[in-house]
Amino acid sequence: MALSKLSSPSSLSTNILKPLTNSFLLHRPISTDTTPLTIETSVPFTSHQCEAPSRSVETTPKELLSFFRQMATMRRMEIAADSLYKAKLVRGFCHLYDGQEAVAIGMEAGITKKDSIITAYRDHCTFLGRGGTLLEVFSELMGRKDGCSHGKGGSMHFYKKDSGFYGGHGIVGAQIPLGCGLAFAQKYSKDETVTFALYGDGAANQGQLFEALNIAALWDLPAILVCENNHYGMGTAEWRAAKSPSYYKRGDYVPGLKVDGMDALAVKQACKFAKEHALKNGPMILEMDTYRYHGHSMSDPGSTYRTRDEISGVRQERDPIERIRKLILAHDLATEKELKSVSDLCL
Amino acid sequence: MWGIIRQKVAAGGGSPVARIRPVVSNLRNYSSAVKQMMVREALNSALDEEMSADPKVFLMGEEVGEYQGAYKISKGLLEKYGPERVLDTPITEAGFTGIGVGAAYYGLKPVVEFMTFNFSMQAIDHIINSAAKSNYMSSGQISVPIVFRGPNGAAAGVGAQHSHCYAAWYASVPGLKVLSPYSSEDARGLLKAAIRDPDPVVFLENELLYGESFPVSAEVLDSSFCLPIGKAKIEREGKDVTITAFSKIVGLSLKAAEILAKEGISAEVINLRSIRPLDRSTINASVRKTNRLVTVEEGFPQHGVGAEICASVIEESFGYLDAPVERIAGADVPMPYAANLERMAVPQVEDIVRAAKRACYRSVPMAAAA
Repeated sequence: MALSKLSSPSSLSTNILKPLTNSFLLHRPISTDTTPLTIETSVPFTSHQCEAPSRSVETTPKELLSFFRQMATMRRMEIAADSLYKAKLVRGFCHLYDGQEAVAIGMEAGITKKDSIITAYRDHCTFLGRGGTLLEVFSELMGRKDGCSHGKGGSMHFYKKDSGFYGGHGIVGAQIPLGCGLAFAQKYSKDETVTFALYGDGAANQGQLFEALNIAALWDLPAILVCENNHYGMGTAEWRAAKSPSYYKRGDYVPGLKVDGMDALAVKQACKFAKEHALKNGPMILEMDTYRYHGHSMSDPGSTYRTRDEISGVRQERDPIERIRKLILAHDLATEKELKSVSDLCL
Repeated sequence: MWGIIRQKVAAGGGSPVARIRPVVSNLRNYSSAVKQMMVREALNSALDEEMSADPKVFLMGEEVGEYQGAYKISKGLLEKYGPERVLDTPITEAGFTGIGVGAAYYGLKPVVEFMTFNFSMQAIDHIINSAAKSNYMSSGQISVPIVFRGPNGAAAGVGAQHSHCYAAWYASVPGLKVLSPYSSEDARGLLKAAIRDPDPVVFLENELLYGESFPVSAEVLDSSFCLPIGKAKIEREGKDVTITAFSKIVGLSLKAAEILAKEGISAEVINLRSIRPLDRSTINASVRKTNRLVTVEEGFPQHGVGAEICASVIEESFGYLDAPVERIAGADVPMPYAANLERMAVPQVEDIVRAAKRACYRSVPMAAAA
């Protein structure tokens, strides 16, 4: 069903571009409602060498619904990519982000398109969050010229420079010094913007991370290093790879914050806080406690090094989309039926 | 320096007596009062002028600022441009090279100095995977206007880990441009071209050339002076054998050409200037004229620059060759320390002369080197 929807590009692109407010599915004017709403994060932030931000996050019904819609789209996109890969329409490597959507979405809510993001190879949703389209994603995955890299990059090399997305990098850890370089250039150009350099718990042990962090701290660069800790570096659990898996503390003299990465509002709050910090005081580390439902890539079943119970347990207890869905329903911002329509059609 | 004076005089068809004219006598030629410039000064002035012309250009590396540069190439720049544009880095090549490449992604124009290219191996992932390939992988969205520069190849007595030549390594990578100057004119023109180029450029200097002086014309001294990338220079015209070289070896090749001339062999010496893109048309045109080729380089022989030149000539000008191609390179050993061993590990003038004579069937052919 999903594939046939995707095969008609005109309907797809107009659907994606249609703002939520024009959708005939939501009769109530809650979708544009910008009445402020304050919601508490799931858990308080844990901090290292700094004061933690407040647990109370300011949001609006409009924002919550857009979180839901975008995360549902990301989830469907990754599942569709899974099917395409199994149908051999996507070749090589394909690293899926489902489960981690809250990090991409929360970050976008806390920053602007003038700030920069750079990440590793699990980049489909980050690209979408920066303003990329589904057409560009699927075309690139299938090696077509309408892909964001005109078919020359592939899954691991999505870029969108005009909205501050610098890729898409295949070499583990390389994106961290590159991100600090972006921050250097932002400071050099006096742009008052920051760079978020995302990496995984596997990359957190890379030497170049510490080399770049040292320089970033010495030169007060507006760089925020974000460890998307999904607890597995390919097939190796964090406790087998890191003597100290408290990644938010690994910066030593650099302040850090541990965040529930399955809670989009907590991510938003942390990113806002980090941006303010970085512009005044230099680099900071954010550790997002998150989880990926798929294996490391499509070549990895993801169940040889972790139990199916663990995966389904996280899905039950901590799924980011489910969390927002419950919030929307609890605050009576939409009905179940309306939300189901949104997630089915990804409008 | 003697070699240079001889070269100048020979080019003008000077008499044998003129060959032993000391440097100081140059001052008597009022009509051609050409300025002498050291390679070090040429590089310094090129950096200075490009930093002055474009505020996006900045320099980073170990000891480039307060120390005035490990080899004094960046002397005076910190004082002139300040610590925001001349940055002393910690000894962390992987980290600071990645930072330089990231700054280039954003649109700045970094010049990253490696104290020697041996240390670039610590950062080679960023040079190749982050810099060279990004323009292609992003289908043109990301351009990387960065220059990686520093001394390359053998110095004097610095041992195996500090004497490696990286020309062949970097020149094999699509997405990189690789330049190697010989004279001060080369140093100025090519460094300016590299800094202005929108793509990553690996700029291979030579420590032993830094202190050598070369004549520079008024045109070369002008701040708009620039040399094209991908174009070799015929340093000395000849008709019997083509000798290709780059960097310090150009000087040795010119000396060899002098010796060969006495024996009636007229050698054409090509200064490659650009290793990637390689000026195949100039090299092939020369071999089509002379019918014989000798390639010379300091680096290791296997998969070297000479191997590529030989392949190019065989592919494009096979019918014009009157002798097998001759390829001289450094010895296939890690660079030894003892002076006599080091001398034997790097091509000398005699080696070039011998190879040229072999190509001209004037001596007994040697078995191919291992």
